[in-house]
Amino acid sequence: MNAVEIQRVQQRYGSMQVLHDLDLTLGEGEVLGLFGHNGAGKTTTMKLILGLLSASEGSVRVLGGAPGDAQVRRLLGYLPENVTFYPQLSGRETLSHFARLKGAEQRQVDQLLEQVGLAGAARRRVKTYSKGMRQRLGLAQALLGTPRLLLLDEPTVGLDPIATQALYQLIEQLRSQGTSIILCSHVLPGVERYIDRAAILANGRLQAVGDLPSLRAAAGLPTLIRASGLSQAQHWQARFSEAGHSASSSAEGLLEVAAHNGHKLGLLRQLLGEGQVADVEIQQPSLEDLYCYYMQRAESTAPAGES
Amino acid sequence: MNQIWNIARKELSDGLRNRWLLAISLLFAMLAAGIAWLGAAASGQVGFTSIPATIASLSSLATFLMPLIALLLAYDAIVGEEEGGTLLLLLTYPLSRAQILLGKFIGHGLILGLATLIGFGCAALAIAVLVADVELGMLVWAFARFMLSSTLLGLVFIALAYLLSSLVQEKSSAAGLALGVWFVFVLVFDLALLAILVLSEGRFNPELLPWLLLLNPTDVFRLINLAGFEGASSMVGVMALGSDLPVGNGLLWLCLLGWAGLALGLAFLAFRRREL
Repeated sequence: MNAVEIQRVQQRYGSMQVLHDLDLTLGEGEVLGLFGHNGAGKTTTMKLILGLLSASEGSVRVLGGAPGDAQVRRLLGYLPENVTFYPQLSGRETLSHFARLKGAEQRQVDQLLEQVGLAGAARRRVKTYSKGMRQRLGLAQALLGTPRLLLLDEPTVGLDPIATQALYQLIEQLRSQGTSIILCSHVLPGVERYIDRAAILANGRLQAVGDLPSLRAAAGLPTLIRASGLSQAQHWQARFSEAGHSASSSAEGLLEVAAHNGHKLGLLRQLLGEGQVADVEIQQPSLEDLYCYYMQRAESTAPAGES
Repeated sequence: MNQIWNIARKELSDGLRNRWLLAISLLFAMLAAGIAWLGAAASGQVGFTSIPATIASLSSLATFLMPLIALLLAYDAIVGEEEGGTLLLLLTYPLSRAQILLGKFIGHGLILGLATLIGFGCAALAIAVLVADVELGMLVWAFARFMLSSTLLGLVFIALAYLLSSLVQEKSSAAGLALGVWFVFVLVFDLALLAILVLSEGRFNPELLPWLLLLNPTDVFRLINLAGFEGASSMVGVMALGSDLPVGNGLLWLCLLGWAGLALGLAFLAFRRREL
């Protein structure tokens, strides 16, 4: 059973259509990255899954039930963007309150505070917390009741690099335990290692969805080969350019060549076989490159008035 | 039921934490004691006069104070929670909007009810202990009725505050509207009724006019407390109309309850329609 099934959803606010024909599924134990610009429809998609909105058309199923069902909500954890809490309560009181509402055991409160590194600040009022601490409290809140589906909206905002790493490790751990996760983020670098599939939304339309290799293949973006310590770098640049590859070189023996689909291994073979190379780096199109590619494609194909 | 209580206990503990309960209780106790002993100072009399006079003065005071405190306590219940960002989170938990609203209603109601019980209860206790040969049965009966009806009046205005809070988009608008509601029910309504009475010069159906009092919960509250005493001489102004009202005390209580139910029902409808 899929954790989330969104089928042919149209969502309108008055005369404004914010989602067009959205089809999206999330398998059990899968981590899906949901990416898009502001107003692309990410939050609306989240709200549909949470049952805060009902779809104008189409169907949404969550954990086998209707979104918003008390039973479904008990199995769901949500970290909203810019999460806020009651400022006058302490971290522990906050978590304790939400644990009661979730029907989670109170002993989980201290465990989670420990897990997100807030055990030392548990008795302090939330209004004295930094943004990063609030975010970690928000994460602990989302993990109450051991959810089977976790929705994380911009979870790394306000987190320092170490806390961000800890969050990603936690995501990996949860995935290995079978938790399905949707991760909305603007911060793309670093995310790609932790997601199984990426979905890119623009102007309320799903532009692409799939794992990174298939998105790379579909986009046809070149892989960058960077060779250093190369004698006759300029000669190699001319040779590759003549063959139709985009290449650049420097007097210090650095060569960069963009290899399109199917050419990567051939170019490497030539370089390593015939050239004197000190080092080679291969840079595949990153999630950021893919995002930019699909966004630009969406811009150029958007019907008038949508972009 | 459990979820309703979870919300209610949060509101109650907030009321304890931010000293609302303490402040209102102290205010009520001091005002009630002051009125009991100094209420007749204007007529040159110092000291406790009588239970009916004390209750009459307290009712007039509560008519002003109770709606104001209730509105202050609850005007930001919904819009404040949304502005603070916690409403979105709450609504993703396994509890319905009705449970949230009822939980808040019970929590705020408990704060107001406890403050009334502690504040006015202390004053009643002081009268019982300090005033010689006071009629204890009457004191208990009159104060119990006064405290219960005061709390009920407070509940009406708490529910009205939720209605406003569910309709507006900003906390400041809710505060402004709450003041407006207080103004209308506590000050303007009776003046308008008196104006109708005077300007119509008898053309207005005199049997209809007393019924109009039931359209204002603060008037119903005063009728409950003033009509409880034989030959209540304190029925002045628009309240004098109440003596023409052919309804029993039970119906007045029902009417106040109905007001609370109606306001809460409307608040729920507004909250249910509210989009996040």
